[in-house]
Amino acid sequence: MNRAAIDLWVGIFVALGLGALLFLALKVGNLAATDVGETYALTARFDNIGGLKVRAPVKSAGVVVGRVGEIRFDPENYVALVSLQIDKRYQFPRDTFATINTSGLLGEQYVGFEPGGDSEMLKAGDEVKKTQSAMVLEKLISQFMFNKAAEDGKQ
Amino acid sequence: MKATDYLRRLGHFVTDRLWRLGFASRFLLMTVLYSGTALKRFQLTIREIYFTGVLSLIIILVSGLFVGMVLGLQGYDTLQRYGSSEALGILVALSLVRELGPVVAALLFASRAGSAITAEIGLMKATEQLSAMEMMAVNPIARVVAPRFWAGVISMPLLAALFSAMGVFGGYLVGVQLIGVDEGSFWSQMQAAVDFRQDVLNGVIKSVVFGALVSWIAVFEGYDAEPTAEGVSGATTRTVVTSSLAILAADFVLTAFMFRGV
Repeated sequence: MNRAAIDLWVGIFVALGLGALLFLALKVGNLAATDVGETYALTARFDNIGGLKVRAPVKSAGVVVGRVGEIRFDPENYVALVSLQIDKRYQFPRDTFATINTSGLLGEQYVGFEPGGDSEMLKAGDEVKKTQSAMVLEKLISQFMFNKAAEDGKQ
Repeated sequence: MKATDYLRRLGHFVTDRLWRLGFASRFLLMTVLYSGTALKRFQLTIREIYFTGVLSLIIILVSGLFVGMVLGLQGYDTLQRYGSSEALGILVALSLVRELGPVVAALLFASRAGSAITAEIGLMKATEQLSAMEMMAVNPIARVVAPRFWAGVISMPLLAALFSAMGVFGGYLVGVQLIGVDEGSFWSQMQAAVDFRQDVLNGVIKSVVFGALVSWIAVFEGYDAEPTAEGVSGATTRTVVTSSLAILAADFVLTAFMFRGV
């Protein structure tokens, strides 16, 4: 095997390998889709965040508009303090309603934004005042069972 | 035999292993220190990339394809019981990119290329080619060992990426083309679940570590082989066994650091 042929084969090998990496990054992974670009921070307080995780998406009308930045416990009010990194391209009214939703019955949890009608917009560092906690499946089921038992008791 | 004999044997065993580990570490340090030639005269390393990387391509690509196809069949069989056969893409891609790609490619690399490196260097030693180089004031570590070491470190991540890509393609062939999982949700669920930094990049880091481990063990066993036919065959076996165990152990440690469920 002469030197030129070896060089050619190694070149093909390296190109194939880098091509495979690119395939993994773009087609298999989400390198192309994740970048939310420049962001500004909002905060929100929730009574219960359920299984919300850092880097979970923030969606409005089903479109990803940001990511959950940080989740802390507020020891004074005993609530969860969630910081949200929102894409700079999108502005939301001051009376936007933030809910914690689940995609599918058992899927991952995300923060949903339902914009209100206020003419003033939320600025960086503002707090989303109107929030709704995560739906905890166990609580719902136990409530349902409790009601059912109460009904049966009446009869 | 008295009890002290057993204890002495145990002590001898432990000190012997420790001594060998220390020797191997010093050997690695020498290899890295004398890598100047391998990197400056890169043609030497390119030649070795041909022998370790390019000639391993066929086995890596074919194994990747079959592993991906089996994952597709087995994964579908389990997932469809829970009515979530669209998650097949996630299952195939995550298991390949995180674990199977780096680990299986490294195991194949150890048996395909690592054993060859050990046998080559061991035979060079047995036929006194290494001593001849020293006589001519050519440092055999710089001329023979370092290019092979770096070729392994460079080839391994590329081979692992090819293995994973081929596996995902195999899973796609079986899942979408053969069984009929919806193509759109196969890819979109996969893309939503596989994170570039968390999954793909960690897989690449793993494969670089495995490449360095396998090449290190291979060149060391070859250089340390007894210069007889028997010695070389023993060293080749040790390369495959030791590097396979080292890959699996290192994989556990790396996984524990990378994916702690956060």
